[in-house]
Amino acid sequence: MDFLNPVLNGFSVVLEPTNLLYCLVGVVIGMLIGVLPGLGPAATIAILLPLTYGVEPVTAIIMLAGIFYGAQYGGTITSVLLRLPGEASSVVTVFDGYQMARQGKAGTALGLAAIGSFIGGTAAIIGLTFLAPLVAGFALDFGPPEYSALAMLGILLVATISGGSKVKALIAASVGLLLATVGRDIFTGESRFTFGSLQLADGIDFVPIAMGIFGLGEILYNLEERHRAAKAPSKVSNVWPSRGDLKHASGAIGRGSVLGFFLGILPGGGATIASMASYAMEKKRAKNPERFGKGAPEGVAGPETANNAAATSSFIPLLTLGIPANATMALMFGALLIQGVTPGPQLVDQEPELFWGVVNSMYIGNILLLIMSLPLVGIFVRILRVRAAILAPITALITLLGAYTINNSMFDVTLVVVFGVVGYLMKKFGFEPGPLVLAFVLGELLESSLRRSLLVFDGDPTGFFTRPISATLLAVFVLVAVLPGIRSAIAKRKGTTAAGASATDITNNIKEKV
Amino acid sequence: METTPAVTAGRDGSTAAPSGGDTSHDVPEALTPEQLAAQWEEEKPPAAGPLANAASSLVVLGLGVGALILSVAMGLGTLSAPQPGLWPFMASCVMVVLAVCQLTLGRRNRDAEKFTRMSVAALTGLATLAAMVALMPVIGFEIPALVLCIIWMKFLGGETWRSTLLVSVLVVVAFYAIFILALATSIPHLF
Repeated sequence: MDFLNPVLNGFSVVLEPTNLLYCLVGVVIGMLIGVLPGLGPAATIAILLPLTYGVEPVTAIIMLAGIFYGAQYGGTITSVLLRLPGEASSVVTVFDGYQMARQGKAGTALGLAAIGSFIGGTAAIIGLTFLAPLVAGFALDFGPPEYSALAMLGILLVATISGGSKVKALIAASVGLLLATVGRDIFTGESRFTFGSLQLADGIDFVPIAMGIFGLGEILYNLEERHRAAKAPSKVSNVWPSRGDLKHASGAIGRGSVLGFFLGILPGGGATIASMASYAMEKKRAKNPERFGKGAPEGVAGPETANNAAATSSFIPLLTLGIPANATMALMFGALLIQGVTPGPQLVDQEPELFWGVVNSMYIGNILLLIMSLPLVGIFVRILRVRAAILAPITALITLLGAYTINNSMFDVTLVVVFGVVGYLMKKFGFEPGPLVLAFVLGELLESSLRRSLLVFDGDPTGFFTRPISATLLAVFVLVAVLPGIRSAIAKRKGTTAAGASATDITNNIKEKV
Repeated sequence: METTPAVTAGRDGSTAAPSGGDTSHDVPEALTPEQLAAQWEEEKPPAAGPLANAASSLVVLGLGVGALILSVAMGLGTLSAPQPGLWPFMASCVMVVLAVCQLTLGRRNRDAEKFTRMSVAALTGLATLAAMVALMPVIGFEIPALVLCIIWMKFLGGETWRSTLLVSVLVVVAFYAIFILALATSIPHLF
């Protein structure tokens, strides 16, 4: 029962009115941005970071988490009704969801997706509840060498798995590492890259970088897109799937939950990859795969379940190891640091209320989202008519005014605009912003643990290979680093293109589009 | 155009991604994932040429070399007794190597986007943001915010004057109510 006590205490944290309210606010915002064109969950979380200053850490993370998994629900709606994926993780839903809508089964598609998301999310929370303490217990023995290896592997995986050019993503990560060194050296106290500026002496804050690169950068980038007018969709009826539909999709939902859960845990994994993998798996498993792309319910239920399960389980590496598995988790990491909480293996024991409060809030959030996606889905379908042109200036103003409220200074606002330009140019030139922000967040941890380990090893870098865990992690690091090169070399020799035939490869190419 | 698949029917995935070949391409009314991918690819902004790729790599290279020089100037020390410059030195080395890779291998990548006529919108947006940052401490946030809303909605977004003015005023009033009246923040304001 010792194990269950903190879990149950977590529920009392969630049920505090403030936390319930912020959970509701989070999931509604998540659902909205999922439905609305333009901003994704990472940009929204970045823009709303100033909101979290005034509240308790647990409340802040409950809300940000709600935005993240709420967006997975909302993104489905535009995929099914308009053939425009609201979020990258809903791209594959378009293939069958839109076909179902054309056959007059939009309601069924949305209903299946909502129920699948709910089951996937809930299963992942239960998995998280049991797995997270285990991982954290295992990681308690991690020393600086393990952390250096883990941080390096995390950055590399996030950079290589992202959609665009891998070299460019790695360049973005190296810029993030360098930006993290601005300010005082933690070991010697000397100033680095401050150019005599007092405002830079304490280093660059995470919030302006995140708000600029993720938030404003994306807003500016979206200004350029000629927005396709979203046609007001027909009313959606019959969102409650029939028993036959459910039975048909239950296998896909079950497999999606498990697949999504495990893909979400991997660094660099997450909702987008999980949904694609689930689609590919369902198609491979199906008796007659040619139904896919023509309105197969499994093609909606599987990926939508998987992306939600992955969104939930990607909290595990963050909350148990202190290593964010993707860009959105890097924002959560930053938000926790602002609140004076360092995520890591000690979090479960030292801050049980925070840990279990956040985890258990997801049950509530998923129930709220299920209600919003089934009986209340009509409201969100109506919100589809809000035009991007009206939203853009509102989000831009929220960003600027929000940035001011962090420290009541115009310097932060200026920084946000500067990083907004950087973010915009990065997107234009094909550099992913995610790895930069992730590397920036992990930069200090990486440097300090690297330097500590070298002290322990007396300056001998081979010391990393004398410890089994760090050696394994570094071996994986090397493997991930050189594998793409070897693979393309082999492919070249064979004279075939390395591209496979699965939907995953295609969706990888179009991922950046959304 | 959302519901006219005939436009894209018959176009295989060759421009976007290698065509899968596992789904039928000959069904005219149903868009296969491959065709959909091709259509999205088509709607993407035009890719920038090798020049833009080289330029961005050179910027990165310049940054990397600059950081390299500065970190050497900070002192490197040894692995067992590092000076402040060692870690930035390692990071900037990685950056320089990657930039050289990108410069030589990635010239023909098609992931960069061309600046088009639409990029003027982003530039205009940026100009209004910069103006707002400059003016906010002087005349408060209300008037710059209103102007920003009007420019973004009417000229960048192509809304009608009626909805532009209505929404702009509402937005500024709402922000005033939230940030000044309700939260009592110290955002510079005129009224």
